[in-house]
Amino acid sequence: MGIDRRFRICPDTGLALHRPAERLIKANAVAAVVCLLVGGILAIGVALTRWPAVHLLPVTSFYTALTAHGLDMLIFWIIFFEIAVLYFASSTLLRCRLATPRLAWLGFALMVIGAVLTNLVILQGRSSVMMTSYVPLRAEPGFYLGLILFAVGALIGCFIFLGTLVIARYEKTYDGSIPLVVFGALTACIIAIFTIASGAIVLIPTFLWSIGLVSHFDPLMYRVIWWGMGHSSQQINVATQIAIWYAIAAIVFGARPMSERVSRTAFLLYILFLQLASAHHLLVDPGISSSWKVFNTSYFMYLAVLASMIHGLTVPGSIELAQRRKGLTKGLFEWLRKAPWGNPVFSSMFISLVGFGFLGGITGVMMGTEQLNINVHNTLYVPGHFHATVVVGTTLAFMGLTYFLVPVLFRREIIFKGLARWQPYIYGLGMSAVSLFMMGAGTLGVPRRDWDITGAGLPFAPHWPGAAYLMLGLLGISAIVAVLGGAAFIVITVGSILFGKRLETGETTTAPSRLERAAPVAAALEGYGGGGTLVTPGTFVLALVFLLTFVVYYFISWKYLGTVWGLH
Amino acid sequence: MSTLLPPSERIWWKQPVDRVEVLWVGIALVWCLILTFMMPYWHVFGKQNISNTAYHVNPKEFAARARAVDGKYVVRTEDGVPVVQPPPGADVYLIAHQWAWWPILELEKGKSYRLHLSSLDVLHGFSLQPENINLEVVPGYEMVLTVTPNHVGTYSLVCNEYCGIGHQAMIGRVYVTK
Repeated sequence: MGIDRRFRICPDTGLALHRPAERLIKANAVAAVVCLLVGGILAIGVALTRWPAVHLLPVTSFYTALTAHGLDMLIFWIIFFEIAVLYFASSTLLRCRLATPRLAWLGFALMVIGAVLTNLVILQGRSSVMMTSYVPLRAEPGFYLGLILFAVGALIGCFIFLGTLVIARYEKTYDGSIPLVVFGALTACIIAIFTIASGAIVLIPTFLWSIGLVSHFDPLMYRVIWWGMGHSSQQINVATQIAIWYAIAAIVFGARPMSERVSRTAFLLYILFLQLASAHHLLVDPGISSSWKVFNTSYFMYLAVLASMIHGLTVPGSIELAQRRKGLTKGLFEWLRKAPWGNPVFSSMFISLVGFGFLGGITGVMMGTEQLNINVHNTLYVPGHFHATVVVGTTLAFMGLTYFLVPVLFRREIIFKGLARWQPYIYGLGMSAVSLFMMGAGTLGVPRRDWDITGAGLPFAPHWPGAAYLMLGLLGISAIVAVLGGAAFIVITVGSILFGKRLETGETTTAPSRLERAAPVAAALEGYGGGGTLVTPGTFVLALVFLLTFVVYYFISWKYLGTVWGLH
Repeated sequence: MSTLLPPSERIWWKQPVDRVEVLWVGIALVWCLILTFMMPYWHVFGKQNISNTAYHVNPKEFAARARAVDGKYVVRTEDGVPVVQPPPGADVYLIAHQWAWWPILELEKGKSYRLHLSSLDVLHGFSLQPENINLEVVPGYEMVLTVTPNHVGTYSLVCNEYCGIGHQAMIGRVYVTK
């Protein structure tokens, strides 16, 4: 069999879709949404159990549901979608054929088998060890085996992405350097390979231990390496989601990066420093020195935080530049006021950006500070933080991209356009509230992963402040809003794929035109930034508001720590 | 759509950078240095730091040592759990196991104690409430930590690292007296 070189040229966007790549992108995206659906159903059970007045599930089902919810959302939904993004960013954006599509299908099959196997084993109820599966708590061997198969499949996807970049360069499908969005995807891919390597180092021995071939696995070493996978896999999300922010800025506004140099250097900082974050989970562990903790938890002087703060300026900055170029130059914020707030592609992206920065980023740095972690470790604050980063941030960014991709890939119009306008707000605000109330409860000491905090009927039942119960109740209500928003997303996308109005598919070619370079930068800045003014004053003011919030919250946290028992 | 296009110059490093970016990178970098500085600063001037003292320990040995040392200071029992009142400055042991804390500690406000903390089976989470001090308890590792209670009261010791089906029932108690 020869190489399938057929491309479909999308009549709306001009994108060249390599036929085998297109099928793979669809398959991975659909698998991702199925995982999101399963994880979302489980979320109802988890959230309504933690709402003390409802307390829905019995104890065993709760821990089973929580284990499956964590893996389906944090691993399966996100990584399936990321593989779709990697194929899109390499093959579609570079107008290049995808490397070895048949191998890609093997990778996909392994991921599906792995995800199904792990889910089935968890649902049997004897592997409720939580997503983190800390040894020596033991799950069934199939639990670890499923994760290993899934990881191998994802690794194949990463190498196919790299192979496609090589082909694109060799066959000269683009001129010059790869685009910024592909650069971001490459960052994600490199972090993914590191992540999966950590996963292999920790999960293969754990699997052997679960079937009795390895007698002992040091629980602390497990934590160090597991988090090399567990936290780094969230860094794949950060890189992917920021690449998507840049892509959506271009798709919706025709934005160009403020400067290639700063944005790309920020991605390079991710590659160099993000993986140190394993330490975030070990700050109150015995047997690890403070110097190791400080070096690693700060990503070596917070250089990865610096990178995120840079993207936080340059992404909205690129939008502001594009809007001002169109003549929306009045005051500081006309460019933002007149943004297409009814377009779910944009609104998803913007809520993702704000939520990730304000709710996820600031709290992440606070929690990741060696001593401040004493006040939050393993409380509900932790899931509060990562529902802001991974759900409001990553998931919402993925949703935004999906609204763009459904018509491109499936050639169907989005149905329920009115609902689609509102969906990012329902989901984004519902989930932001979930995250805030979890952090509120966590600040009051409420533990994560706990079926019942009341200790009813126990001799030493704890006395929680009324505010803690209030937070948990509000958490339950917000979770329902968020679940409705998530359900709306699934109804809209699945409904569009099945019942949306068909669009013309476009012509097929075996030789799509080469991807040419952007126009020179000088033209872009013309007319702005002259005469001592800033090119993006609105964005700069927003960035300062962010910094102020950050500084105030950070030092309040230190003040709070200063009131507790002395420890040394 | 130029974030989706190759940069106009192949060597992107040579493309110009706007002033607003330089300014923001400078501000952010200063903030990152402050963030970095705060941790060593608190080690020197702050009163809440996790100890760097820990030992590898055999869980059986730890349990035996804990019973021997704590046994000297038992003053009463509550619901079958001994209440231990060590003299100020003394070493005192706390065992985490599925699914209880042993024993109940009774400490004096303003006095320091050397707390030895370990688990006999799986990971547990030491979560002192409402003080909100949280530590990881790892089997095979004995953390030795000097604690100085600064408020009088009855505290709950909640487990906040999932440790199996009885996790939510693993609740202990600590008293701090005048």
